[in-house]
Amino acid sequence: MTNIATTAADSATMFRRNLLHMLRYPGLTVFVIGIPVLLLLLFVYVFGGTLGAGLPGGGNGASQQYLAYVVPGILLIGVAGIANGASIGIAQDMTEGIVARFRSMAISRAAVLNGHVLGNTVQGLLCLAIVLGVGLLMGFRPAAGPLAWLVLAAFLALVCYSISWVAVAMGMSSKTVEAASNWPMIFTLLPFLGSGFVPTASMPGWLQWFADAQPFTPFIETARALLAGRAPSAGDGWWSLIWCTGFIALGYAWARRLYERKSV
Amino acid sequence: MTTAIAARGITKRYRGQTVLDGVDLTVAAGTVLALLGPNGAGKTTAVHILSTLVRPDGGTATIAGHDLLRDPQGVRSAIGLTGQFAAVDGLLTGEENLRLMADLRHLGSRAGRQRVAELLERFDLTDVARKPLITYSGGMKRRLDLAMTLVGTPQIVFLDEPTTGLDPRSRQTMWEIVRELLDDGVTIFLTTQYLEEADRVADRVVVLDHGRIVGEGTPSELKARVGTEVLVVTDRDGTARPEIPIDGTVGGLRRVLDEIDGDQLATASLRTPSLDDVFFALTGNPPSSSSESAAAPATASTREES
Repeated sequence: MTNIATTAADSATMFRRNLLHMLRYPGLTVFVIGIPVLLLLLFVYVFGGTLGAGLPGGGNGASQQYLAYVVPGILLIGVAGIANGASIGIAQDMTEGIVARFRSMAISRAAVLNGHVLGNTVQGLLCLAIVLGVGLLMGFRPAAGPLAWLVLAAFLALVCYSISWVAVAMGMSSKTVEAASNWPMIFTLLPFLGSGFVPTASMPGWLQWFADAQPFTPFIETARALLAGRAPSAGDGWWSLIWCTGFIALGYAWARRLYERKSV
Repeated sequence: MTTAIAARGITKRYRGQTVLDGVDLTVAAGTVLALLGPNGAGKTTAVHILSTLVRPDGGTATIAGHDLLRDPQGVRSAIGLTGQFAAVDGLLTGEENLRLMADLRHLGSRAGRQRVAELLERFDLTDVARKPLITYSGGMKRRLDLAMTLVGTPQIVFLDEPTTGLDPRSRQTMWEIVRELLDDGVTIFLTTQYLEEADRVADRVVVLDHGRIVGEGTPSELKARVGTEVLVVTDRDGTARPEIPIDGTVGGLRRVLDEIDGDQLATASLRTPSLDDVFFALTGNPPSSSSESAAAPATASTREES
């Protein structure tokens, strides 16, 4: 078999393994899905009235208005949660003898990592679909047409995939599973320090600068535009792609280096 | 005879501490080499280096004709590794674990299924094939582990302390499997803390201490230096006399007994030489790290098994 064919076949095998893990050990998936759903309920029903009234043009039916505003932010919270799951998942795997076995076998050196990243992307899309479903039950009515939905799904898959690469590298660099669960917390904070919950224009100047410069703001704005049935602004679209490419390159290089750290 | 493993001057240091210090090893194809040594001697590091998991700081090795450093994937395609701790996927069933190996070895769906069924049968795991590993006993996990190693029919199998933590019966099964592998022409590199184990299966024994080879030879050569058994004499008042290695012949035993003066009521018993005895015979010193745990089970297991 050629190199690429071997990599594809071995990655598919590892991907199946990660899907089986998700079925056999659903605790992590439930946790990863539960947090964003809980935050959605909290932000809409507890804070929604007040926060919605503060939105530009906010007034009557403030919490419904806020629902439409916050769903993209919650989706990206969900993506950040996936990072947590990815990091914990690979750190757990690395503590088991099975990875030593994989490393002593003539299989593609990227397969174990690919399996984790692809498994996490699927977990992420599942999580995001459920968050959107809960949003719809709460009265969220996106204006997106079929094409916008398709683009949104592809876009969110890309974001999940790229964040997973960084998270997998973070998990591999951690000595313990506990440490692995701390690292990606930074991703969970970013939607709050961006346009996820309030417009960045309402923030103090220095924070506004950070909020506009960090990756989650273009991610959230792109998702927000697509859900509203608008085309995302060119700036948000390009920055999203640049950040995703950067995350994939960084995460891949870092994780591969850690995987080969000690071996021949 | 062709050479399966040829390693020269393998050296490894961890944080300034030398774990392996210029180790040379040669294993002829189709034979069993036992690497014998106490905990911390460097046995596992040697296995990890030869199975491509750890990069040596110095030295070269050729494994199944592939250069360890230049062609690690070639080495990997020829070997199978069963480590000290069960390298199985705890969230999958036994059958799924084996299927995973078959897929990674690119056996193809049909051949893979056949090979998995064959191994389940051979390792007496057919009844539990579809059960989660959490229900498996230690011995069953170890059998599954070895079965997973054999899915790809490797030419060389590394077994790192394959019997540690196994009950006597599972240990017996393990040795039977090793013999079957030998019949199939497989080369086996195993590590053990027990001389008696090395004696059972190995063609050659290499004794490792503190990362250096302190002795090597066939089991009978080693035993000639250590004695096949050790005579333990205790006086009536409970004073233990120095232990005496004997060569197993009646003449040898008589000579030793003749040297024991006076006390006709002293008790005498025989035991198999322990790792300590080997080290004492080879180096004049006990092994570098504590091996009280290594000496006791070796004798115990002999009684249980023979």
